[in-house]
Amino acid sequence: MSTLPTHDFKDSRSPDFPAAALPLLQDTQLRSNVRHATGVIQAKRAHVVGEMPDWQALRDAGQRIRAHTLEYLDFYLEQFEQRCSAAGGHVHWALDAAEANHIVIRLAQNSTGRVIKIKSMTTEETGLNRALEAAGISPVETDLAELIVQLGHDKPSHIVVPALHKNRHQVRELFSRTMNLPDLGERPEDLAEAARLHLRRQFLSTPVAISGANFLIAETGGVCIVESEGNGRMCLTLPRKLISIAGIDKIIPRFQDLEVMLQVLPRSATGERMNPYNSLWTGVHPGDGPEEFHIVLLDNRRTEVLRDPEARETLHCIRCGACQNACPVYRQTGGHAYGSVYAGPIGAILTPQLAMMERGQSLPYASSLCGACYEVCPVKINIPEILIHLRGRVVSGRPKALRALHPEAVVMRTMQWIFSNSTRFSLAQRSGRIAQRPWIRRSGWIEKLPSVLGGWTRTRDLRPLPAQSFREWFHARHRESPLTSNRPEAHHE
Amino acid sequence: MRISLFITCYNDTLFPEIGIATVRVLERLGHTIDFPYAQTCCGQMHYNTGYQPEAVPLVRRFVEVFRDSEVVCVPSSSCVTMMREHYEKIAVASGDKVLQSEVAALLPRVYEFTELVVHRLGVEDVGAVYPHRVTYHSSCHSLRNLHLGDVPIRLLRNVRGLKLIPMEAGDLCCGFGGTFSIKNPDVSGAMLEEKLQYIQKTQAEVCTACDNSCLMHIGGALHRQRANMRTEHIATILASDSEFRVPSNGAR
Repeated sequence: MSTLPTHDFKDSRSPDFPAAALPLLQDTQLRSNVRHATGVIQAKRAHVVGEMPDWQALRDAGQRIRAHTLEYLDFYLEQFEQRCSAAGGHVHWALDAAEANHIVIRLAQNSTGRVIKIKSMTTEETGLNRALEAAGISPVETDLAELIVQLGHDKPSHIVVPALHKNRHQVRELFSRTMNLPDLGERPEDLAEAARLHLRRQFLSTPVAISGANFLIAETGGVCIVESEGNGRMCLTLPRKLISIAGIDKIIPRFQDLEVMLQVLPRSATGERMNPYNSLWTGVHPGDGPEEFHIVLLDNRRTEVLRDPEARETLHCIRCGACQNACPVYRQTGGHAYGSVYAGPIGAILTPQLAMMERGQSLPYASSLCGACYEVCPVKINIPEILIHLRGRVVSGRPKALRALHPEAVVMRTMQWIFSNSTRFSLAQRSGRIAQRPWIRRSGWIEKLPSVLGGWTRTRDLRPLPAQSFREWFHARHRESPLTSNRPEAHHE
Repeated sequence: MRISLFITCYNDTLFPEIGIATVRVLERLGHTIDFPYAQTCCGQMHYNTGYQPEAVPLVRRFVEVFRDSEVVCVPSSSCVTMMREHYEKIAVASGDKVLQSEVAALLPRVYEFTELVVHRLGVEDVGAVYPHRVTYHSSCHSLRNLHLGDVPIRLLRNVRGLKLIPMEAGDLCCGFGGTFSIKNPDVSGAMLEEKLQYIQKTQAEVCTACDNSCLMHIGGALHRQRANMRTEHIATILASDSEFRVPSNGAR
């Protein structure tokens, strides 16, 4: 019944970004929802970031903490394991999504046949809900947005705000239908109340909760989750057993590093000075919270990302989603076009790497390289730089037999050949002037072009090559007025 | 000063009037323009599309052509961005120590056109006359990579007769992105559509920028929609005076 994302980046199939984007671009309701929501969050973010005199210093600190952590990741992971175990937690290691799901399913068995969940992108990444259902366990999403996604058999479209593509009228319709509430109002309070009543029973009667994690603190063996609704706090305190899944990249070295992270994360993610609920726990304590705590540390090819020094920075990400809100591409398409739980600029660099460049090759190209993502990133991931690097990996990763014959490669080689000699370049300019003639319309512009260039002329005209190139103008001028001081035509070739 | 002009491959081919305008402005300010004919392309298209090894000979060529120049003027933010953000890395990856040192020696002498006029030549009033309503589109490379800030605005404010109209959402990308507009034409078109709303809201006669690539994109849509607005590179505006109008090569 679930249409939640597939559990393995490598095996799943989804259309290329341009094709996946097409139907979304035609969905005017979705586009208007996405533009509105990202606009609201962006404005809030800009406000609370603007009031910080040391914002750039905080970003620098965030970057340094993340870079240091990744450099000594093995050390900090072992330290976390040791300290968490010493505090009574159980640490499990999972190489991939299947292993993580297997561990969770084994631990989650209980008499109610149900688990409550806190919003977790990592469990979306592993496709945990589908695996739980296959094992006869019903996952109940308790985050409002995740509940919307779950009830609608939908997919999350944003890291922080998974149901960002829905507006409240659509949510009202969904709740009214699935919760059997014909008279439900559509004010945010009405919708929150409906969800609260729907979830309250589950909180009180379900003995097992599943969460992700925002940060794992190596120094203490503690875990940190920040949230806005309090559903997380309920899941973290009421059930008898708590199982958390976290990517191995979620580590921070010291408790004090939260000083930086808990400033940059909420401001970047939701435009709040701090999150309404900040939960921190270390192992278990008799009479206080869950009696049993498990943490599953997931690799799922993060170590492969680490191996590429040019792209390693991808793992600095603290999943704030600011790059998604700032991205002009994401603003048009929403998250579903990316065919991954990680959408937007961070998804465009993370997804293909987690798929070992065997899938999602169109994603590094799904960016105009405008740099808005880098500008807002709280830990200064140079996303445009990594996008370009990954484009290089896409090109060099093409099967050897096809590499030289790929149409784009042929064009690029030809252009390089032309640019390698200025006489040749000049000749190409002149040839272009002749070749374009059949395409120039009465308006004097080119209004329709064939094949791959046809996409451009669907909505834009193109000015044709003029009668004289600049180098021709300059040359003619130099001949006419010898006083104009110029270097003689010093041909380089 | 003897200023070497790197016109860029697409301005040379498609927008020669930008070069003519650049020459006009710099000569009016009393400088001598040198145009080395051996120049071609900075390599940005290859580099940004994933053909990084193919960009190396173009980087080498640029350095060889301009290494003796006193100052290099480039009327394109995106090409200067290519040089400043990637040339050193490309030189290091090539393993060529000589190229590395030559890149390091040349880069500080390479300027985007408005940056050259304001920061290097110290001029904010170039003596231009342009009696039109103009709005300025800060291209992503001008804004986020070169950090031009209000440099182009300061130049425009000093143009006689020019009425500068501010644009909302000034930091929003127009959706061009080089090969992005070819590989993702529909998303690029949707981005342009949103940007155009802000541009047209200004009711300016002319939309200007430091990058002809964005202007080609924006201008192409304005022409398709038969809009009552045209695009002009900032050099064209700054070159205009009582005696001089930049010849228009295309049908505008």
